[in-house]
Amino acid sequence: MDYEPVIGLEVHVQLATASKLFCGCPAAFGASPNSQTCPVCLGLPGTLPVLNQRAFEWGVKVALAFDCQLACVMKFDRKHYFYPDLPKGFQISQYDQPLSQHGHLDIALGPSTKRIGITRIHMEEDAGKLLHDPVQPASYVDFNRAGVPLLEIVSDPDVRSPEEAYQYLLDLKAVLGYLKVSTCNMEEGSLRCDANISLRQVGTTAFGAKIEIKNLNSFKAVKAALDHEVHRQTSLLQQGGTLAQQTRLWDAKAEATELMRTKEEASDYRYFPEPDLVPFVIDQALVERIRRELPELPAQRCARLAKAYGVSPYDAQVLTQHPSLAELFEGALRLYPHPKPVANWVMGEFLGYLNANGKEPDEVQLRPEWLAHLLEAIDKGTISGTMAKELFVDVLAHQRDPNVLIEERGLRQIVDEAALNQLAEAVIAGHPESVKDYQKGKANALMYLVGQCMRHSDGKANPRQVTEVLKKKLETA
Amino acid sequence: MAVVNQQEVEQVAFLARLALAEAEAAKLASQLDQILQYVQQLQAIPTDEVKPTSHVLALSNITRPDQRQPCVPPEDVLRLAPERHNQFFKVPKIIE
Ligand SMILES: [Zn+2]
Repeated sequence: MDYEPVIGLEVHVQLATASKLFCGCPAAFGASPNSQTCPVCLGLPGTLPVLNQRAFEWGVKVALAFDCQLACVMKFDRKHYFYPDLPKGFQISQYDQPLSQHGHLDIALGPSTKRIGITRIHMEEDAGKLLHDPVQPASYVDFNRAGVPLLEIVSDPDVRSPEEAYQYLLDLKAVLGYLKVSTCNMEEGSLRCDANISLRQVGTTAFGAKIEIKNLNSFKAVKAALDHEVHRQTSLLQQGGTLAQQTRLWDAKAEATELMRTKEEASDYRYFPEPDLVPFVIDQALVERIRRELPELPAQRCARLAKAYGVSPYDAQVLTQHPSLAELFEGALRLYPHPKPVANWVMGEFLGYLNANGKEPDEVQLRPEWLAHLLEAIDKGTISGTMAKELFVDVLAHQRDPNVLIEERGLRQIVDEAALNQLAEAVIAGHPESVKDYQKGKANALMYLVGQCMRHSDGKANPRQVTEVLKKKLETA
Repeated sequence: MAVVNQQEVEQVAFLARLALAEAEAAKLASQLDQILQYVQQLQAIPTDEVKPTSHVLALSNITRPDQRQPCVPPEDVLRLAPERHNQFFKVPKIIE
């Protein structure tokens, strides 16, 4: 029997506001433990949470970017559970009147796209961070993160493969990157993802038992964990077994999921309206203002790049995955109007450098004019293609204009005919034996003479040109 | 007819991490039931035409600008901790 996976993804994204969702504590990552708290985010009695206006507007912005229907009136609710990272014993979240519902994201699948529904996007506060002692039976709590604004983006169960899940996350992150509302850094936890997956017989419509997977620290982990679950659940079902709804943890080292043991039996969050927060009317004027401020989004930019510069759909998609890549591409094109080499350098050399150094595109500055200058230098023959690739790494590592580096290091190739003639004549005069060898038909002799020319020019002569000049001189000698 | 039974009281006590003896649970169940029976008189009021209310004040859209305010010094915060470890709250280990 054939089974198909039915996958839904839940993404939590931290908003990069200056202050927390309901109090004035900084929302920044990386401060010393428990140094960014106050009575409100610690849930001390008698305190009053007040919504952060920017977080509210950014929520609207994200909802619009995913074509969600915004609520006319949204409210907050208390979601109760006991966990040491939750100082109040409840999380302020949204239950039955969330910020927005019924959106979608069109993900890139080869040359076409697939529409993945978005069930809802709602606002909530983050919990604190727990560290577990590897030896002692103790855990440590840092409440700096408690109260940081989060958006929860829940997809419809429209995802049909681990690859689609991976692409959904890439495209979702790209949109968030363009909106500039989050650092989207999975290592720092500003973007987190849970996946749920069930299998069903191909051709049927009922859903199987839903398995939720947690502890997914990267998009690659999401894909690997889903791959593992598809195999595990398929073989279980094929052996006549049954699946029960459960939560499993991804173990990246073991490359397997394992059952998460919880003391809680069934979740019973006892949601009720947060009495300390009033309702929020999302009026049309606010929505229209934010809609007008929306930047060009990845899908639009991708279509525009393909149309305007004739780059392939795949290249356009890679180039628009991160706003700074697209800006680099278009910026360099304004100075050096040749889309193909610019795209190749951005996607080949620049992305290669980022991958090799584990960096995101906005973590390494490459000014459009640096790339343009480098490509111009190749065209003019100032440097060779090979030298350009080496120089490119130094441009990034030292953050310098390639033209400056070429001058400083004397990398300029000798392309001047007269200078090359002079060089060749001097080398020929200095090595009569090799000249004789060449005339006797020894091919190695020419290589040797080219080598000598390179040495005398400190490597600045273009070897191909030198060979030409030498040959001409030796033949007429 | 009872609105709440002892089993439900025990479930809520479990969720609230309250350790109730069986006799306590029985007593609370009957008391809670009386309270809920009393409040249930409200069910007689026709509310089909009334919009659900999540908040009793005639206020909406109370927000604050995204500005930072001073925090409480960590030393003062950690004084509230049942136990501390360096600058962390220390709690019993939560995951196996
Ligand atoms: Zn606070």
